[in-house]
Amino acid sequence: MEWIYAPWPWYIAGPLIGLTVPALYLAGNKSFGISSTLRHLCAACIPSKVPFFQYDWKKESWNLLFAAGIVIGAFIAATWFRLPDVEIQLNPELKQNLSANYEITNFTALLPVEVFGIQHLGELRTWIFSLFGGFLVGFGTRYAGGCTSGHAITGLSTLQWPSLVATITFMIAGIFASWLIVPFLLSL
Amino acid sequence: MNITPSPVECKNESNLPERGLALVKYVALGILFGITFVKAEIISWFRIQEMFHFQSFHMYGVIGSAVVVGLISMQLIRRFNIKTLSGEEVYITPKKYNKGTVIGSIFFGFGWAITGACPGPIYAQIGAGFLVSVITLLGAIGGTFVYGVLKDRLPH
Repeated sequence: MEWIYAPWPWYIAGPLIGLTVPALYLAGNKSFGISSTLRHLCAACIPSKVPFFQYDWKKESWNLLFAAGIVIGAFIAATWFRLPDVEIQLNPELKQNLSANYEITNFTALLPVEVFGIQHLGELRTWIFSLFGGFLVGFGTRYAGGCTSGHAITGLSTLQWPSLVATITFMIAGIFASWLIVPFLLSL
Repeated sequence: MNITPSPVECKNESNLPERGLALVKYVALGILFGITFVKAEIISWFRIQEMFHFQSFHMYGVIGSAVVVGLISMQLIRRFNIKTLSGEEVYITPKKYNKGTVIGSIFFGFGWAITGACPGPIYAQIGAGFLVSVITLLGAIGGTFVYGVLKDRLPH
């Protein structure tokens, strides 16, 4: 039964994610994308007269149900298919850098508890990484018309050049931020 | 005021109504997706930093093989004119390019590196028990709302 706890390699996970594109199309002509759920949540939950949120979000309820499925699936996997207190197999250079410079030494969770742990809610740094970072994700994906799923996976799978532009841009921006912005924010 | 129409992206392309049990299949697909996200550690902030520092092939392998498999499947659907379960023609709305494609992606790339999560993994982090990711989700909803308010004043 040990195998059930082992992390999946990329060549299992990648194809499964790729198959989501045809699976959603064949299941009911749905175009795979996740950032659009954020817009549906705005349309459904925030009362406003903003024209951008005036549309039939109920027609897109499949998208919200898919996101709800992600929450459930992640709960199942984290609860029953993962051993607690086992370090994730990271590049030693990254570990060394994080522990030497930023006192991030716990590698047993998928996220650094020193930054995202609930016990650090009193720290500004935790709010910058979650609230501010999340704001950039929401603002940026809608401005760009999609995220990794809608642009990189669906857009590239259907040979759409605007998605290639988006993918190259957010990869470069991510590299820039990971090298220059994240280290600064970690040192706060 | 001139209001530009803003179509929904990644949408329901079907003209057939679906309700009740017909919608369960999307929850099921989401569950498989969420399990994959956790098991392959795609929701890990560490893995995202590794990717952006070129310290591991893992995430490039995941995204690259996902695109290849998606591309082949969509070509097969097109080539053999495969229909949806309810017999509809598969319809793909073309993605439109505007300045926002680049400007928005810059904001998103920054947010991805900081949170260690694109929108899908935010949901998965919450499911996996990281309650602080609820704040990340609220931030993302807030960012989407601010975009919606400012949309007609931003360069596109």
